[in-house]
Amino acid sequence: MFSLPMTLHSSTRAGRKRKLWRFHGGIHLPEEKHLSNRESVQDAPLPSQLVIPLQQHIGAPARACVAVGDPVLKGQVIGEPQGYISAPVHASSSGVVSAIEPRSLPHPSGLRGPCVVIDTDGADAWAALPEPIVEFEQVDVATLRERIRASGIVGMGGASFPSSVKLNPGTDQSIATLIINGAECEPYITCDDLLMREYAADIVDGIRIMLHVLGAKRCLVGIEDNKPEALLAMRQAVVLRAREKAPSAPIDVVRIPTLYPSGGEKQLIKILTGKEVPSHGIPAQIGIVCQNVGTANAVADAVLRGRPLIERLVTVTGRAVAQPRNYRVRVGAPATGLVERSGGYRGELAKLVIGGPMMGFRVNSDAVPITKAVNCILGLTPEESPDPGEPLACIRCGRCAEVCPANLLPQQLYWNARAKDIDKVQDYNLFDCIECGCCAHVCPSHIPLVQYYRYAKTESWAREREKRASEHARERHAAREARLERMERERKANLRKKKEAIAPKGDADAGAVDPKKSAIEAARKRAAAKKAAAVKVAGSDVAPASFAVAASAAEPAADQADGKARVQLVESTSPTRRSRTDAPAKRVSVREPVSEDQD
Amino acid sequence: MLIAIAAIAVLAAAFGLLLGYSAIRFHIEGDPIADQVDALLPQSQCGQCGYPGCRPYAEAVASGEAEISLCSPGGEAAMLSMADLLGREPVALGELVEKVKCVAVIDEQICIGCTKCLQACPVDAIVGAAKQLHGAIARECTGCGLCQDPCPVNCIRMEPIPESIGTWKWPYPANQPMHAPTDQPVKQPPGANTSPEIEHREAA
Repeated sequence: MFSLPMTLHSSTRAGRKRKLWRFHGGIHLPEEKHLSNRESVQDAPLPSQLVIPLQQHIGAPARACVAVGDPVLKGQVIGEPQGYISAPVHASSSGVVSAIEPRSLPHPSGLRGPCVVIDTDGADAWAALPEPIVEFEQVDVATLRERIRASGIVGMGGASFPSSVKLNPGTDQSIATLIINGAECEPYITCDDLLMREYAADIVDGIRIMLHVLGAKRCLVGIEDNKPEALLAMRQAVVLRAREKAPSAPIDVVRIPTLYPSGGEKQLIKILTGKEVPSHGIPAQIGIVCQNVGTANAVADAVLRGRPLIERLVTVTGRAVAQPRNYRVRVGAPATGLVERSGGYRGELAKLVIGGPMMGFRVNSDAVPITKAVNCILGLTPEESPDPGEPLACIRCGRCAEVCPANLLPQQLYWNARAKDIDKVQDYNLFDCIECGCCAHVCPSHIPLVQYYRYAKTESWAREREKRASEHARERHAAREARLERMERERKANLRKKKEAIAPKGDADAGAVDPKKSAIEAARKRAAAKKAAAVKVAGSDVAPASFAVAASAAEPAADQADGKARVQLVESTSPTRRSRTDAPAKRVSVREPVSEDQD
Repeated sequence: MLIAIAAIAVLAAAFGLLLGYSAIRFHIEGDPIADQVDALLPQSQCGQCGYPGCRPYAEAVASGEAEISLCSPGGEAAMLSMADLLGREPVALGELVEKVKCVAVIDEQICIGCTKCLQACPVDAIVGAAKQLHGAIARECTGCGLCQDPCPVNCIRMEPIPESIGTWKWPYPANQPMHAPTDQPVKQPPGANTSPEIEHREAA
């Protein structure tokens, strides 16, 4: 179980040995693939009603662009993408839109989500499809990417990330290697196996289109050695296609040893190239893009035939299902129909799972639609999914750390998640956990470890959302406070302006002459004049006339000027003085100064 | 002796100048602790803590006037993060109950367009004008409930936000692993020799 510096070798079509690497940990599980991979793929019957969810991808949900009662044709866009990381949704058959409402979705929460419900008319008539692009190598890369986006293609391996985004790594990252994931490491699931057996040529076409879009130097197709038929079919298809026309880059189909979870993106990259994707990073940072075989098939359909992604392969399996097999199913078809077609349930159904037994999630009912991401419907008997019983205390045996393919410390993650210390869990790289379930599988105390990690992840996202919301509320509150303050200021300014308009004279004078100074000056002048007048009067009465004459003769001009100035000053200062004394009253009311001025 | 005194005096003067200069040079406007506390609060501006908004409460907490357990919308998470930031002991939330996230909904049939709720909303989440129907913007509403009291006709109700797939959280695992039962004494086989020491430990 330890990660030894061990290398494996695999023969490729050229016969030479290819060096392979090993990822840390991993476990061997009972494969159970023989249940469903013996029969060829069957076309599922067209259901009378399709329930097509508007969000079948990571990113912003699509917005319905049809109305209730609208007739729709097969392949017609019914949901438009909202934003860059989003994907359109197409009608999977022709009919009439009977409802746009929340319906049950294949989701662990069991909650409802917005869906477009189409009552099919049975004609299954195609809408006008975009022109097929056969000579794709002569076509601009952006055009191909746009076609892939418009066809609603998302990662078919389960994560359902919009493929056009993944195929557009940007100009700063050059992609050297395209890795095609055909590992299908989870027990029971065989839809990729059957897809490779039956649609190998299409997958190779899709690979060549993606190689052209990415400008990659090589392509590695990783297939586990428990799928010899698929391996052979893929190798043959590569050789046949290469004979018709040489591919733009070599395509190597590589046999990899069966070990769960070799189908994990980062694990497969490690196996095939020996490179490790940085923590919290994406493969594009090390020049690699990884796509599922189902995605390659959908890309070929979209580019070479103009058909959008409206169907996929789904495995219906488990020992509680009468006849396990694979179906080609329309997106939006109910899972109930598939189970019925497989002969219904047999014996006791202990657990109904969407996805595989390790990474899938339990659902209560099969009345959910098949989406682009659903690859398996698994009915398990009590023997297949024994109740682990009450979890026991962790004995710190460390087996979880031995098997962790992401090289994490599951025990530390567990303790911190259990203590609800979300920050601490993230310090142990919670978000590098791929939820493969190896740790919980080997835990001798059967602690549901993955449940703790899932809880911690969603809790962390919720806190992030709350933080953003409170930040937004703070901004709005601050904006409101600022606005109220501004309005108050403006109100005051208006008031002042009004006041000024009412009493313009006083303010204008106050601005021109310092009122205090002029008042003092005026008082001094008045005193001097009084004194002069008193002297004059005294002079005329008592003093000799010569003195008075002399005095008046000495400063006749000064006297005259003085008198004039005094009159002027008295005139000019009086309103100023009055306004100064009235100032408090004015502040109380605007009307009062008016009456003051009038009287 | 004189040299020592002079050296100390020179050093004191030098450090005094340095400190004085740095006090001016590195002066920080406002209270950085209050800012950090404010960042931990949910910003619903609900006033349930007894302060007129999140910022005043943050300032009170930062200065040590207020308990850290008063924020109702923040609940336990906010209390714990504040305790962590300020190095205080976590305190019991007491009567404070964490409420479900709600959003204000205005009943169009009853609303008289008085604009009182508009003035009460701390985040401008209600639109309307005098004698016009008011409406609450669900996306902006923080669910503080401050608009309910001023409404003269009681037309505003707080509705819990329904859970959607986008906001759904995996539940905390229900079955906690069993540990050695510490609250119950280990059953002694009948006739076993119980030492006083063990009895004491059991009593504790």
